[in-house]
Amino acid sequence: MGLLSDPVRRRALARLVLRLNAPLCVLSYVAGIAWFLALAFPPLTQRTYMSENAMGSTMVEEQFAGGDRARGLARDFAAHRRKSGALPVAWLERTMRSVGLEVYTQSFSRRLPFPDETHERYMVSGTNVYGILRAPRAASTESLVLTVPCGPDSTNSQAVGLLLALAAHFRGQIYWAKDIIFLVTEQDLLGTEAWLEAYHDVNVTGMQSSPLQGRAGAIQAAVALELSSDVVTSLDVAVEGLNGQLPNLDLLNLFQTFCQKGGLLCTLQGKLQPQDWTSVDGPLQGLQTLLLMVLQQASGRPHGPHGLFLRYRVEALTIRGINSFRQYKYDLVAVGKALEGAFRKLNHLLERLHQSYFFYLLPALARFVSIGLYMPAAGFLLLVLGLKALELWMQLHEAGVGPEEPRGASGPSPPVLPAQSVGLASLVAPLLISQAMGLALYILPVLGQHVATQHFPVAEAEAVVLTLLAIYAAGLALPHSTQRVVSAQAPDRGWMALKLVALIYLALQLACITLTNFSLGFLLAATMVPAAALTTPCGPRPLYAALLVLTSPAATLLGSLFLWRELQEAPLSLAEGWQLFLAALAQGVLEHHTYGALLFPLLALGLYPCWLLFWNVLFWK
Amino acid sequence: MAAALPLAVLGLLLLGPGGRGHAEPPRDTLREELVITPLPSGDVAATFQFRTRWDSDLQREEGLSVLLKADRLFHTSYHSQAVHIRPVCRNARCTSISWELRQTLSVVYDAFVTGQGKKDWSLFRMFSRTLTEPCPLASESRVYVDITGHNQDNETLEVNPPPTTTYQDVTLGTRKTYAVYDLLDAAVINNSRNLNLQLKWRSPPEHEAPPAPFLHAQRYVSGYGLQSGELNTLLYNTHPYRAFPVLLLDTVPWYLRLYVHTLTITSKGKENKPSYVHYQPAQDRLQPHLLEMLIQLPANSATKVSIQFERALLKWTEYTPDPNHGFYVSPSVLSALVPSMVAAKPVDWEESPLFRSLYPVSDSSSYFVRLYTEPLLVNLPTPDFSMPYNVICLTCTVVAVCYGSFYNLLTRTFHIEEPSTGGLAKRLANLIRRARGVPPL
Repeated sequence: MGLLSDPVRRRALARLVLRLNAPLCVLSYVAGIAWFLALAFPPLTQRTYMSENAMGSTMVEEQFAGGDRARGLARDFAAHRRKSGALPVAWLERTMRSVGLEVYTQSFSRRLPFPDETHERYMVSGTNVYGILRAPRAASTESLVLTVPCGPDSTNSQAVGLLLALAAHFRGQIYWAKDIIFLVTEQDLLGTEAWLEAYHDVNVTGMQSSPLQGRAGAIQAAVALELSSDVVTSLDVAVEGLNGQLPNLDLLNLFQTFCQKGGLLCTLQGKLQPQDWTSVDGPLQGLQTLLLMVLQQASGRPHGPHGLFLRYRVEALTIRGINSFRQYKYDLVAVGKALEGAFRKLNHLLERLHQSYFFYLLPALARFVSIGLYMPAAGFLLLVLGLKALELWMQLHEAGVGPEEPRGASGPSPPVLPAQSVGLASLVAPLLISQAMGLALYILPVLGQHVATQHFPVAEAEAVVLTLLAIYAAGLALPHSTQRVVSAQAPDRGWMALKLVALIYLALQLACITLTNFSLGFLLAATMVPAAALTTPCGPRPLYAALLVLTSPAATLLGSLFLWRELQEAPLSLAEGWQLFLAALAQGVLEHHTYGALLFPLLALGLYPCWLLFWNVLFWK
Repeated sequence: MAAALPLAVLGLLLLGPGGRGHAEPPRDTLREELVITPLPSGDVAATFQFRTRWDSDLQREEGLSVLLKADRLFHTSYHSQAVHIRPVCRNARCTSISWELRQTLSVVYDAFVTGQGKKDWSLFRMFSRTLTEPCPLASESRVYVDITGHNQDNETLEVNPPPTTTYQDVTLGTRKTYAVYDLLDAAVINNSRNLNLQLKWRSPPEHEAPPAPFLHAQRYVSGYGLQSGELNTLLYNTHPYRAFPVLLLDTVPWYLRLYVHTLTITSKGKENKPSYVHYQPAQDRLQPHLLEMLIQLPANSATKVSIQFERALLKWTEYTPDPNHGFYVSPSVLSALVPSMVAAKPVDWEESPLFRSLYPVSDSSSYFVRLYTEPLLVNLPTPDFSMPYNVICLTCTVVAVCYGSFYNLLTRTFHIEEPSTGGLAKRLANLIRRARGVPPL
């Protein structure tokens, strides 16, 4: 610290920071992006390994042979479902009871804040059916969950058949040490949310549901199953949960172990696993998978019913059966055996899954990047903000200190007026106005949907999305409204102070987001940081304005959608992209209200006002 | 007369009037008994009882104990074993005592697994043994089978071989009929040299939820996250028209800090005020919370007792070896006098079967029940006792140190101060200091 407390050296350092600021910023940004792209390459990706002793060395022999039974039950279920048009609750109850489970039902209802157009529902009600297999000679303190979501658009009847056949097989075994809950939910994720809230006796999202009659202690792990054909070519595994939460890596390792043991073809993000990691092809393929995972995680939406379990600290993942045009197919027995093996190993658990990583990125099923290795990427990006803030601080500060400070000849900073203190009061107005704008963006669309539908020929869902866009765009007119409020003295110092505050605000927000959801933090940092660093009221304004608009959170969302579909090898046309964007906006608001996803409030209350501050800086007069 | 009879029987059973020093070894009595009860859930409960009045245990290798085959007993859903030893008077004036040893083994067979989905059972299917002969030492050796649904036409169920005698009794408030097989009765075994009791359901009961008992309870932890939570106990009174009080006893470990002001008891949506509350607060590391309440359960209702808690941070040496498993919270204990549907008759303990002692009866209109709810598993905030944990601790320390100095530097301005020569006093002092070889001021 002697370097900084010695005034002479400190001045030299300050001059260095001021003179080399631009190259340092560019270097740091490039380093951040390069580090991120390098994450898929071997020194940074490691092989996964099982950390949990209880699941590592023990071998289990799978004996499940109920393939025919599963298919029969699936056919029955599909027939009953078609007949009743809803989940055949009575049939499920009867069947579960006949395989020897303790059966309970739970009914729930929920009025969505506005009609959900992608799933075509508004007043939602349904019934969940679950059966508990009680472990012999145990006190029902711990349990495992196997859940199958049944929605209006995903019938999942084969998964229900497999669930019932597995229940029948599990019921005959005596080795269970934890209870097993077999859960069939209606209205896919809404049902899961209702059941989880009732199980934990909390009300997070305003769901109305009947209390649960039967419980089985603390849930240790959960597996969600989605199958819609009798044969599968591959199994896809989804880990990203609500708000970018991930299950413990050991659960994924477990799944991967049984994929290997059963010779099943397993995919991640729908991508095959690269075999060759020594050449460039493997890591490049891994990079695509990694980018897809980052986009999925950044969206903060549950990528399957397992995502809702994670809030209650239940490690969970979703397994999807994919039936494509590949030659070799597996039947339900193979899937059932993998599940049986996984449950038997989970049954061995002495403690909750905690040994392995909770924060990771996956370029492939058998490879991962740990938090220690991916964090520097975001760190480099945030360093840009720090450097810029430091520069501004010094410029403001040195201007106040006096003329004895020798200024660097090639300093990029504009000439600063002599000592004039910046009143913090002048910053209050733009800060308050942009925060108020954010608050309006958060509250008004849902609150004002009825007013909008009365005055304009739009449906409620459209009204919400259009109001959202309108308020967002209205924010761009903000500088003209704040100019009158801000006093015109010392214009340069004014925008510098505002930009300093905005930089620090942005850096803090991004750092906090990065710690909890790296993908979201990195994505926002990669887009917002250059524009934020460059913005000044002098210079090519239209260019800066275009850059700022292109890197605003909404534009990032639009860009991410295009990138996502591009990586999935299903590119979007512009019109499709716009439709998808509007749908994503509506979904984002809905998911905040139905599951408590935090992306919408985060963008509306945090990043959008912060972005407006930069917009304000750009149009400072 | 009624009072004298048990004593007379006791005398007969104990034989041998002498005390300890008597030359002739006193005769023992051994009563053995097996009660088989089909449970409403479809499982089968079997309770063995062996009662010896003697100074030492007897070696039993025949009789009912042939059924006790370890590997079958551990294929069960539940088992409980108990040994009771107590002194009993040998005569009316209690001048000498004898020791009573009672061994009990209760197991619940998972009939669903052993019977391939059917509720029928037989001794052989359950124990992989049949009864061949009574214990030669036993003075009484009986098998009781609960055939309460049985009637003359054999419509609902059928027991094979058909019982010669039946025994009627009131247990837990309901009238029960038992088929009695006395192994000492030659006719029961001698026909085929073995007894394989079988029960077949003629019209198998539908797969439906089993009837609930009058009093049952459930307990769970609600909430999520590692900061706070709520302990909930649900008490069900399914009696159609009688309300009755229940004594609820909770002991909660100190590391769950209960907030007693959040204690709420609701029945049928209304607040239910307990008529008696005793609360003893916990002391850290010394004693747990003790909460005892007398709650009136309205007829046909569910009562929810909930209390919020906060999880305490333990010292790092206080964590158990598997801290991420969670910490157990002991069950609530419910004690109640449940009103019975049928009036029970006063019982003659010595005459009646041994299993009567499992169901104590206080008076004819109600019966005593003590229930234990399920134990709970609660996760406390647990440090990750591993390498990353140390790394995090170290990193936090480094960050804290860096933060402190950076903050210091950022909030302070530094000026170069020209070294002033100082006053006369200082100059003098420095001269002296130089002479002493001490650095100057």
